[in-house]
Amino acid sequence: MTSFATFGNELYTGKRSYNFVSKRKIWFTIAAVAVIVSILIPIVRGGFNLGIDFRGGSEFTVSDVKDTNSGIGERAVTEIVPGAVPRVANIAGNTMRIQTDKLSDDETLKVKAALITDYGVQEDHVTSTFIGPTWGADVTRQALLGLVAFVLLATLLMAFYFRTWRMSVAAIVGLLVVMITTAGLYAASDFEVTPSAIIGFLTILSYSLYDTVVVFDKIRENTADVERSTRRTFAEEVNLAVNQTLVRSINTMMVAVLPVASVLFIGAYLLGAGTLRDLSLALFIGIIVSTFSTIFIAAPMYAWLRMREPVLVKQARRVSQRRAAEKATDDAPGGTAEVSV
Amino acid sequence: MARTGPTSTARRTLLWLGIIFIALAMLLGSGAIWGSASWAPKLALDLEGGTQMILTPKVQGGQSITDEQLNQAVSIIRQRVDGSGVSESEISTQSGRNVIVSMPGTPTAETRELIKASADMSFRPVITAGPGAATTPDKMLPDAQLPVPKAAPTNASDENWIDAALYKTFETTSCVPPVTEVPTNTDPAKPVVSCELDSGTKYILGPVEVPGKDISDATYGLQQGAQGATTNQWSVNLKFNGEGATKFREVTSRLNGFLQANPQDPRAQFAIVLDGRVISAPVSQAVIADGNSSITGNFTEASSKSLADKLKFGALPISFDIQSEEQISATLGGQQLEMGLLAGVIGLLLVVVYSLFQYRALGFVTIFSLVVAGALTYLAIAILGWTQNYRLSLAGVAGLIVAIGQTADSFIVYFERIRDELRDGRGLVAAVENGWRRAKRTVLASKAVNLLAAVVLYFVAVGNVRGFAFTLGLTAIADLIVVFMFTHPTLQLLARTRFFGEGHHFSGLDPKRLGAVPLYRWAGRFRDPVQISLGARGAAKGKNSGAQAEAERRQTIAERRLAARQEQMAGSRGAGSASAGSQDAAKENK
Repeated sequence: MTSFATFGNELYTGKRSYNFVSKRKIWFTIAAVAVIVSILIPIVRGGFNLGIDFRGGSEFTVSDVKDTNSGIGERAVTEIVPGAVPRVANIAGNTMRIQTDKLSDDETLKVKAALITDYGVQEDHVTSTFIGPTWGADVTRQALLGLVAFVLLATLLMAFYFRTWRMSVAAIVGLLVVMITTAGLYAASDFEVTPSAIIGFLTILSYSLYDTVVVFDKIRENTADVERSTRRTFAEEVNLAVNQTLVRSINTMMVAVLPVASVLFIGAYLLGAGTLRDLSLALFIGIIVSTFSTIFIAAPMYAWLRMREPVLVKQARRVSQRRAAEKATDDAPGGTAEVSV
Repeated sequence: MARTGPTSTARRTLLWLGIIFIALAMLLGSGAIWGSASWAPKLALDLEGGTQMILTPKVQGGQSITDEQLNQAVSIIRQRVDGSGVSESEISTQSGRNVIVSMPGTPTAETRELIKASADMSFRPVITAGPGAATTPDKMLPDAQLPVPKAAPTNASDENWIDAALYKTFETTSCVPPVTEVPTNTDPAKPVVSCELDSGTKYILGPVEVPGKDISDATYGLQQGAQGATTNQWSVNLKFNGEGATKFREVTSRLNGFLQANPQDPRAQFAIVLDGRVISAPVSQAVIADGNSSITGNFTEASSKSLADKLKFGALPISFDIQSEEQISATLGGQQLEMGLLAGVIGLLLVVVYSLFQYRALGFVTIFSLVVAGALTYLAIAILGWTQNYRLSLAGVAGLIVAIGQTADSFIVYFERIRDELRDGRGLVAAVENGWRRAKRTVLASKAVNLLAAVVLYFVAVGNVRGFAFTLGLTAIADLIVVFMFTHPTLQLLARTRFFGEGHHFSGLDPKRLGAVPLYRWAGRFRDPVQISLGARGAAKGKNSGAQAEAERRQTIAERRLAARQEQMAGSRGAGSASAGSQDAAKENK
């Protein structure tokens, strides 16, 4: 096995190079398919599986229980409605509060009966009501507003920092791909959408742009005076930058994904449904997709947006002229050391 | 020892970090001893439980509350609760009629007031005023003498608003104990009878001239006196929006006219009405044109703050009563937190193993940096729990676990830049300085994105999202502090040790493993690589000699060797490793 350090060296010198930029048509096609599929999944499945926090649900209150074990209430609900994720809490002494997704009248009666027998209380000690969403339309509206404001300001910030709006555009396109595919994959998992999942989703937005900025900063360095150089074309410089930061991208993805994977594993296999599983699934998908999106979408997109600028077209011509000239004059072994892109 | 060298700067920076730590620990410690702080972070509703309050709307008779009113109430209560800290309360409706508020801990009297009071404020002109006690039956005006409007009222201060029924109410109302109940849902277009309880005065007030929704912001503070000196009186300062400011100017100029004509005219007063009660009825001494007004009444610091907090987020469509208030247990079992923490520990161990595998001894710098970042975050969370009521939910715990990855990335970016510099043939000390200069920009730019996300979401979003934004911002700041004040100074010092400086095989910075150019073979001593590459490039491509130094430094090894060979330097073909390297590179040409 080639050691990772050697791998890094070869990427740095350009000895080993992956064609992220020149094969962009393939990546863009894959991304377009992924985006379309991700949009179709929730549509085919009839929307996202929204949880109690978004849609409201049914609430049972059991008073005067002898045993305040929340497991009893959970079982009583899941016996009647398999797959439900009831939330059971103990209120003031010996009253239990059980909340679950909205139940039909029939189910409500059955759950009520189950609670009476399981907790061993009298019939009039169980009451049921319905509750509204804790994550109402106003929360969603404010979150969306925040999201839009963030994306706009981040676009400005990047355009200002990198001194080119094209980097902002490329980064935002990469971000959109991440958002849509993460949402689509989450919908495909059929996990309930909970506030935790939304929070995981928002974390991914920030992570995705963060990852893109790190790679773009290297691109900025590499292409700072590409117009005066005949070493590589603009697209080749961008590709080299992505290759040179590839070790960073892999290491960062691994370091970010390892804790998340451990939370996901414990959340999904040991605890079942809940905050940890929802949040870590969104993060797990998002971190991996973000890393890929920066490398395969955002960076090639930036190269593509700029390589047709007249100055850069002229520069690319000079590069090929120099290469042709060198080939003609210098046929000695090991004469040129170019990077094939 | 030189006082300005990198070594002493590095030592000083580490010392400052130590001071920050001690200061934070002392702050928290003194808070724990003398205040209400605790060494453990506060936990949120899902992990610790709290109080559940069921609020029922105060409506008369069989009146019902519409869905719209209920949702509006939930939204405003949420903003008010959010405005008082980052505690991630849950607010929801029950049976389409009640509002349930669940919050961690035990709510104080102020919090209760905050969530149930309508805070419907309006400004009405005074038409007439009188002593607070109800008029005794023998003093009441006989029916024949009751006022009858002579014409339609022309403005809100017009005495023609008073009709017989209104005057009767005025007579029977008592503003001293036993106080007459305030009618709810008064019509803003009609005059009312209202009490000022502090002074025991009752008023007949004209229709609402400036409604509470025209208040754009409310703050509280000590009243400024005429000479600009601060008095001892607490006040609530209001700022009106454009519409409110215009109306306020019209009203104050009319009322000021009454004052100019007759200093004793009650109509020179305007009443500030809150939830049906007059909280103050100042005389309009001047025309207020700038849309800023301040209310003084019988305020304490706490009551002025509480009123300002309520006014800021608007009035509830209806007042509420707290029907029940009960302790509620955590909705997530202790198992969830334990498992979450276990997952965090496992994840951290995996990161440790991966870092050591990737960066060898340098991995320890990552691990120690993460420990420092963790300790800093812990202190910050505990302190903010005390001062801002910041509470950690399970989602927050998971967010912190994720932050491990983003924090470690700063080190990875930095280490990779150092390795790049080493590959270019620099000595470790120079590589650390140069690598840092370039990594610093990247780290700052990328953390700026995280901070932006945190700040925007914190100020715009509500509820859980706000708590999340807080955690995100907190970890980004902790990360920056650690990279600048721990990781970099530590590396500066380590670069001067033999183990790292000489590139020990296990240091993670072994130039041979990194394929660095062995400059010393053909130059006898270490040479500044910038000089060499400049010379080589200059000779090879004269037309580019003006290119920036940074661009020159970015030459690949193969290129530099090529340039060197073209310069026909003695022994350039003979140097085994150099030639092998360039031939490998050449083979890659396709």
